[in-house]
Amino acid sequence: MKRFRTGRRGDPAIPSSVFGARDILAESVAGMLQRPARSALTTLGTVLGVGTFVAILGLTATTSSQIDSRFNLLSATEVTVEDVAREQDEFADAAFPDDADATIEGLNGVEHAGVFWSVRLPPGSTVKSSPVGDAAVGEKIDVVAASPGALRAAVPTLAQGRLFDTYLSETSQPVAVIGSGMASRLGITTLQTQPAIFIGDTPFTVIGIVSDVRRKADLLLSVVVPGTTAEKVWGHPADAGTKMLISTEAGAARQVSELAPTALRPDHPEYLKVIPPPDPKALRTSVTSDLNQLFLLLAAICLVIGAVGIANTTLVAVLERTGEIGLRRALGARGRHITVQFLAESGTLGALGGLVGTSLGTITVVIVAVVREWTPVIHTATVAAAPVIGLVTGLVAGLYPAWRASRVPPAEALRR
Amino acid sequence: MTPPAPVIEFRQVGLTYPGPPPVEALRPCDLVIEPGEFVSIVGPSGSGKSTFLNIAGLLDKPTTGTYLLDGIDTTTLKDSDVTSVRGRRIGFVFQSFHLLPHRSALENVMLAMTYNGVPRAERAERAREALACVGLGHRVAAMPSTLSGGERQRCAIARALVARPSLLLCDEPTGNLDTANTATVLRLLETLHDGGMTVLVITHEPEVAARGSRTVAIRDGLLSEQVMR
Ligand SMILES: Nc1ncnc2c1ncn2[C@@H]1O[C@H](COP(=O)(O)OP(=O)(O)OP(=O)(O)O)[C@@H](O)[C@H]1O
Ligand SMILES: [Mg+2]
Repeated sequence: MKRFRTGRRGDPAIPSSVFGARDILAESVAGMLQRPARSALTTLGTVLGVGTFVAILGLTATTSSQIDSRFNLLSATEVTVEDVAREQDEFADAAFPDDADATIEGLNGVEHAGVFWSVRLPPGSTVKSSPVGDAAVGEKIDVVAASPGALRAAVPTLAQGRLFDTYLSETSQPVAVIGSGMASRLGITTLQTQPAIFIGDTPFTVIGIVSDVRRKADLLLSVVVPGTTAEKVWGHPADAGTKMLISTEAGAARQVSELAPTALRPDHPEYLKVIPPPDPKALRTSVTSDLNQLFLLLAAICLVIGAVGIANTTLVAVLERTGEIGLRRALGARGRHITVQFLAESGTLGALGGLVGTSLGTITVVIVAVVREWTPVIHTATVAAAPVIGLVTGLVAGLYPAWRASRVPPAEALRR
Repeated sequence: MTPPAPVIEFRQVGLTYPGPPPVEALRPCDLVIEPGEFVSIVGPSGSGKSTFLNIAGLLDKPTTGTYLLDGIDTTTLKDSDVTSVRGRRIGFVFQSFHLLPHRSALENVMLAMTYNGVPRAERAERAREALACVGLGHRVAAMPSTLSGGERQRCAIARALVARPSLLLCDEPTGNLDTANTATVLRLLETLHDGGMTVLVITHEPEVAARGSRTVAIRDGLLSEQVMR
């Protein structure tokens, strides 16, 4: 059997005192169990600290795997191009050429592309469902001018009707596509009656109601009209603010974002600024950082409180058990054996708290994930590290009391 | 054939507690105790009996002189070796028993074999034997709180014996016991002595002292031999 041997071997005539590994374990467990309620309360801080730690890291892993999958579905296929010509040259015209949509849609990997801008209505104009009155629903409603390509690039889901196509756009028809929320606000329930809405004084026929979009969620709260029609009614978009939305095949976004400015304006590519697809890592860290750092700090504070609790209990135990320490010294225990015994006790307390905390943290992650219908993800490193953190907390907490215990002179300890 | 070394040999051993004020608890003295002796130590309270026993039991180091235990010079040993010698060669019996309250009688006796290299497998059997030897074979599983005073002290004696020491040191072993229990414990110590064990007993009581083959008196830290017979 392997034995715990301390110190160099002295006089060979004097066999050394020993404290076997199994004895250490047995003594520490016995010491812990002789006051079960106190031990349980002592571990509470460690349980909370380690539990929070596991829960936070688990929830972070779970949400970022969620973000990852969403990112792969969508973000990697989206590119936005902005008109920044005025920043470069204040006399520059609009940066997007007239054939912008066709140019970009001709690029490899592009599914849909189109320009869009927010229409600046003359002051006082509102969106209404009849030419007079009804100002209640005439609160500020955005009117967005978009090319058919831009509308398709947003990947809308139609509740009723259709989107405007190239024909309607090229002939500058007064048609509009609205979100379903907008439709109910304007009192439009069916398209069969070819309902009209009035933007300012101009009537537009609603040809489509969109229930959802995958990109540019603000479109759901806007009235979308063909860009050509908007130019005819309200004129060319006054200043910059025109953007282009491009939807690409999976993985093509980065390449498209590099090619787009040159393809659109070979003469002045700098007039166009590409907003590349968000970097998944950057996205994840931004989610991780703010709130979770706070919670990890809380977990650390809990651990410190846990350590203080264990230190306190162990110190009290050392004082209470001075007689026992003296007895053990009389029975041949060295100072180090006493240290090891109390360290093992505090370490066991910490490790136990760590194990319970790990379980509670894991359960929390699973419950949250199930409620949100996510896939719970906890890295094995987290689960493996957590009880070790508890153990280390216990050991660190036990250092001082255990050292104190070993310093009690045996004769004095026995007098108690 | 050389005769066996004395169990205890004091050469001008003395101890002064540093204080302040310094207390000369044991004045330098010579003393030889041979194997198999039964020595009682008497003296008024505060005279230095416990101090003497602590030195003999290696719980305290003398401030002057040389102490040989079984021929080993303990005053030049490293602390860790002193501890090892104490664990293997000396058994202690205390007035206040010093039994661990949360362990059974058997576990308390087994504790004496934790530090001196007795294999775990042997411990329970040896502890059972020692308890049977002190007449507690039927109470091995009892917790100390359920034992009577005399039973507790017999349990403590079993613990002191189980590691087979060469010297048994008892500091007022009957101080907390009534007359009947005192008689049982003393009879037990005598039996051990008859079996060849070297026994040192501190006592206040003359009838206890009378049992010893030798009596050492201490007064104000001064050790003197009283030859009783
Ligand atoms: N650690 C210490 N520091 C200073 N003085 C001490 C210390 N321990 C004991 N003394 C003193 O040494 C003297 C001898 O003490 P000791 O305990 O040996 O007496 P004793 O004979 O065992 O008494 P009792 O019969 O009451 O147990 C006493 O005067 C005591 O006050
Ligand atoms: Mg005393």
